[in-house]
Amino acid sequence: MSKPADNRTRTLVTPEGIALPLTIASRGSRAGALMLDVTIIVTGLIAFYLMVIWIAGGLLEGTSLDPSAAPRGAQEFLLILLALAGFLTWYGYFLIQELGPRGATLGKRIVGIRIAPRDGGRLTAEAVIARNLLRDIEVFYPLVTLLTIMVMNSMQQDIGALGWVMTGWLALFLLFPFFNRDALRAGDIIAGTWVVERPRTRLAETLSTQGAAAASGASTITGARYTFGEAELSVYGEKELQTLERMLREAQPEALTAVHDTICRKIGWEPGAGDERAFLEAFYTQLRAKLEGDMRFGKRKADKFS
Amino acid sequence: MKAPIISSWFGRGAIAAPPDIESAALRSDRFRLEREGEWRRLEEIVARMERGGLRRISDDDLIALPALYRTAASSLSVARETSLDAATLGYLEALVQRAWFQVYGPRQGFARWLRDFLLGGWSRAVREIWLDICISLFVMMAGAVVGWLLVAQNEEWYYRLIPGGLADTRVPGASREELLRTLATEESAAGLSAFAAQLFSNNSAVCILAFALGFAFGIPSLMLMVHNAAMLGAILWLFAGQGLLVEISAWLSVHGTTELFGIMLSGAAGLHIGRAMAFPGTRPVLDAAAEAGRRGAVVMVGVVIMMIIAGLLEAFPRQLVDGEPGRFLIGGTMLIFWLSYFFLYRPRRSASEAA
Repeated sequence: MSKPADNRTRTLVTPEGIALPLTIASRGSRAGALMLDVTIIVTGLIAFYLMVIWIAGGLLEGTSLDPSAAPRGAQEFLLILLALAGFLTWYGYFLIQELGPRGATLGKRIVGIRIAPRDGGRLTAEAVIARNLLRDIEVFYPLVTLLTIMVMNSMQQDIGALGWVMTGWLALFLLFPFFNRDALRAGDIIAGTWVVERPRTRLAETLSTQGAAAASGASTITGARYTFGEAELSVYGEKELQTLERMLREAQPEALTAVHDTICRKIGWEPGAGDERAFLEAFYTQLRAKLEGDMRFGKRKADKFS
Repeated sequence: MKAPIISSWFGRGAIAAPPDIESAALRSDRFRLEREGEWRRLEEIVARMERGGLRRISDDDLIALPALYRTAASSLSVARETSLDAATLGYLEALVQRAWFQVYGPRQGFARWLRDFLLGGWSRAVREIWLDICISLFVMMAGAVVGWLLVAQNEEWYYRLIPGGLADTRVPGASREELLRTLATEESAAGLSAFAAQLFSNNSAVCILAFALGFAFGIPSLMLMVHNAAMLGAILWLFAGQGLLVEISAWLSVHGTTELFGIMLSGAAGLHIGRAMAFPGTRPVLDAAAEAGRRGAVVMVGVVIMMIIAGLLEAFPRQLVDGEPGRFLIGGTMLIFWLSYFFLYRPRRSASEAA
């Protein structure tokens, strides 16, 4: 379990009053998700257009490739199809997926992020529509204009300062998420949403029902019983306990040996070899029992220095 | 020696039976083992909802969801005060968050939302931004007058306002016959539906732009509207000069009552956001902007629908229906329809919207 950078964690208060930690999606993953989505849409549309062209090619058959002889109604139908397909795909793709139970487009799902309302309430259809309508002027409108300008420029047309204006426009909105701490883009501000990482944690097994911990400190290998006194257990706090928990779950033999050595030296025991895991399991369980017992009396020991 | 087998949880259906509760040495672990079954059931329901919406969930599970969610949430509160098991705490935080997304997620889906939108939500949103609509209407009328006056003073302005490609034969100095010909009907409907589809994508793009520009405190939206209205004023001046004011008005009114109404609404929606951000009142700016943005978004979906209708009107009746009375009748009917839909049609809020 890697801890995300602290400047991206936020607290969300649910309507029940429970504070939940949230992690703001990084700007890089959001850019990646958008690129994935655009790639998917463009690939899909190109495939669709190729199919339409293929059908249109069928219309020309038997007319000795003369477009004016092809059935007009069918031609027109295909033209309408092309115009509407582009529009509907563009808006439908984002709207329908972000309104779904995952609150994310395919690209967002792939990078593991989703949208959420900032106020902890319900994510409304209006919010999703607002943030998607705004994406056009933030990125795609200036981008398309810039491309048009570049084509016009290559054809020796005078475009004046428009190129700089559009570059500034694009830069303004692309950099927008860098100037607020929640990495909101303009659409998020309008819609009252933000983009967060999607939590996905599996429930690990209980440590205190395994091995030496379950057998009240007795090792299954050597049969030795590890019991620690009050003084030995009071050298460590919650931070060390959770570090030890992570190491027991990861179960790297070298790491366990090193921790075993450190703890033994700290509490003044002679470090042996071969039974590190049982020792650590017993130490973990007894330390946790002590710290949790203290918690119930309102005493907390954050780490070994406190 | 037994290493924890985390991978066993990834296998579908391969969930090991939880250890005997009495075997747990710690009170906090007994707490966890007693409730683990409910957490897993919640996780399973949430995972199924995330995969495929509500239809695949049984009624029992759906009824149990809020209770399971609250149980998990209260387990989390208790665990924070009594347990130091980081893995369990992390799991519970993630589980409660995922369940929260489902319990408070978008409940209705797009189809249901669209129905509520057509039966009241749209007209309500339009009425809520009445002040911006008034400003928008005033700005457009002022723009048209300014366009007319500018062109009347100096014909050079006409070429500045109307881009060359659009105007073709409609330029100052054109004869009455040439102008009349541009207002004539087409002989057949061939090619018009494709024309309609193109008009629609073009017009709705302009409207979305007017809305989205409202983000810059509404000023670009107003400028865009002044420009469009000035173009209209210039064209009106041109036809009026040849005594064709009634004819051009009839020609424009067929689709114009819908299209101009839509442009006015999109400008108003943009202005609404700009105004909320410039003058948020006692609320934080972000809250004010978000509220106005959602209201504006509702109006904008309606504007897109209006643009579909305007595109159809522009392509078919305008090109096929001849004569001023017929054209005015269509345009006038549309205007009356929109006004009564927005301002007279006031259904009660349905239960799903009020929630």
